[in-house]
Amino acid sequence: MIKLLSSSKWKQLILFTVAVLLIPQILPSDYYFLILNIIALNAIVVLGLNLLIGFAGQISLGHAAFYGLGAYISGILTASYGWPIFLSIPVAVLTTAIVGLLVGIPTLKLEGHYLVMATLGFNIIVSIILVQWDAMTGGPSGLAGIPYLKAFSISIDSDRKFYYLVWAVLGVLFCLSLNLIDSRVGRALRAIGEDPISASALGIPVERYKVGIFVVSALYAAVAGSLYAHYVTFISPKTFDFFYSIEVVTMVVVGGIGSLWSGLAGAAILTMLPEILEIVKEYNVLVYGAVLMAVLVFFPEGLLPGIKKLWQKRQGQVHE
Amino acid sequence: MIWQQLPQFIVSGVTSGSIYALIALGFCIIHNATGIVNFAQGEFVMLGGLTIISLNQSFHVPLIIAFPLTIFFVMGVGALLEYGPIRHSKSKDILILVMITIGASIFIRGFSPMIWGKMARTLPPFSGESPILILNAAIMPQTLWILGISFLVLACLHIFFLKTDTGKAMRAVADNRLGAALTGINVDRIVLLSFVLAAALGATAGIIITPITATSYDSGVMLGLKGFSGAVLGGYGNFIGAILGGILLGILESLGAGFISSEYKDAIAFLVLLLVLFWKPSGLLGKGEIRKV
Repeated sequence: MIKLLSSSKWKQLILFTVAVLLIPQILPSDYYFLILNIIALNAIVVLGLNLLIGFAGQISLGHAAFYGLGAYISGILTASYGWPIFLSIPVAVLTTAIVGLLVGIPTLKLEGHYLVMATLGFNIIVSIILVQWDAMTGGPSGLAGIPYLKAFSISIDSDRKFYYLVWAVLGVLFCLSLNLIDSRVGRALRAIGEDPISASALGIPVERYKVGIFVVSALYAAVAGSLYAHYVTFISPKTFDFFYSIEVVTMVVVGGIGSLWSGLAGAAILTMLPEILEIVKEYNVLVYGAVLMAVLVFFPEGLLPGIKKLWQKRQGQVHE
Repeated sequence: MIWQQLPQFIVSGVTSGSIYALIALGFCIIHNATGIVNFAQGEFVMLGGLTIISLNQSFHVPLIIAFPLTIFFVMGVGALLEYGPIRHSKSKDILILVMITIGASIFIRGFSPMIWGKMARTLPPFSGESPILILNAAIMPQTLWILGISFLVLACLHIFFLKTDTGKAMRAVADNRLGAALTGINVDRIVLLSFVLAAALGATAGIIITPITATSYDSGVMLGLKGFSGAVLGGYGNFIGAILGGILLGILESLGAGFISSEYKDAIAFLVLLLVLFWKPSGLLGKGEIRKV
């Protein structure tokens, strides 16, 4: 089943690992760890979503709900019921995956705008439940008192410690995903993304693959969500409304659809952008919208591939 | 007991439903011309509401003049959206164009507080506040305005699409883009027109709803979403479907709030929407495309 990654991928992955290990040595303040950690959490959600959008060609505007379910289930189990974290996180991820399956089966029969609407509707329903079910979720004011992650005797209670954990998790999921897209499953997904009818004519069980990759992407979001809950130790419904769903889809598209590395770049760029835009103060939302439009208008293939192409043009490697 | 309030629920449902229907029509018009979902549709509604409040309250322009002025202004915004980013987009991929409209909606939402601040504002009802009693239901005069203006707009659209050459050209483009271009229809102009028309519909919805729900810089999001839901419910791109879907959504919401729970009214509406889609995957009146390979 598990195939060794090709050698060029190894090179990139080693470079990535070295970068992840080196960055903490040169960072001036702990504030940057907070941003890097949020980048990694977003990147995990984007990774799953990229498999769904970029490969299988199915768009979901509901992944904030899975992110939220992962966070809330693990948060509630530990904070309100005193479960140990090593049980609460798997239960949260598994439960979310089951919800993903139950939602995915009828939803992925829909196409195009109808699919977008259905996933969006699911997201809104989950958001409303998180706000209204006070007794369980803490309502609009949120759920506090979620414990930090703890492995053996090490408590992961600082930005720096969480950095190593979350980037390691991202790294593992990233390798698994690279492996997946290079497998028979990955090729089947790409065929579905190209044209579901021809794919099914070739004998690919289209429905099953679509639902399967939907569940995988929900699972990734739940992993990120539960890690998030135990990192910030306080969660509120606003984090998981459909604006977040739109944001992660934007990260997929701005980075570059269908390339996992580009997705990582998209997550990094769009997570940092609001921080950078602090310099324009009250104009930040306006500029964010303008930047987003400009990138999409001029680099529709994604920022990373777009810049690469420009660079190659300058180097004279592309003769058109 | 609660059943006696049924007429009241229906009236308030149809009122908000006709607003959703106008917004849903805007979605359909742009979809038919371009195939995209315009996520900035809700911002047109918000701009309509806030602009007429400024004109009427700050500059004391009488409503009868402020109404068309507001619509022209928002039409201009719609034209800019098409003429700028949409037309100049290097990719004509649907997903990219949809994401551009999301960018535009964020941009407009960032722009609007600079002029109007973040406080919600409101407009006095067009004519008085003494309710009219019909069948246990108290109907506010503004409700009649909303229903009347919506109906008038629908009638105008009907004539426009059936009788005028431009309207026919728009339907031709919706039916077959390439075929329309081959008969000499200027497709670019039709696309521009579709944004302008959608903006006008959004602005109208924003203007007539402002007296019953205050408008703020971010109220376009939820209204846009409701309009989109209405359009999907009816069958995306189908005009009659959009009207039906919008009104049905309004009634669902109002009945959900009245009979089950007001906290969960949106959840109920969206749940029913999902169930309808699972039952009819291309909406109530959508035909579902036959796809060739």
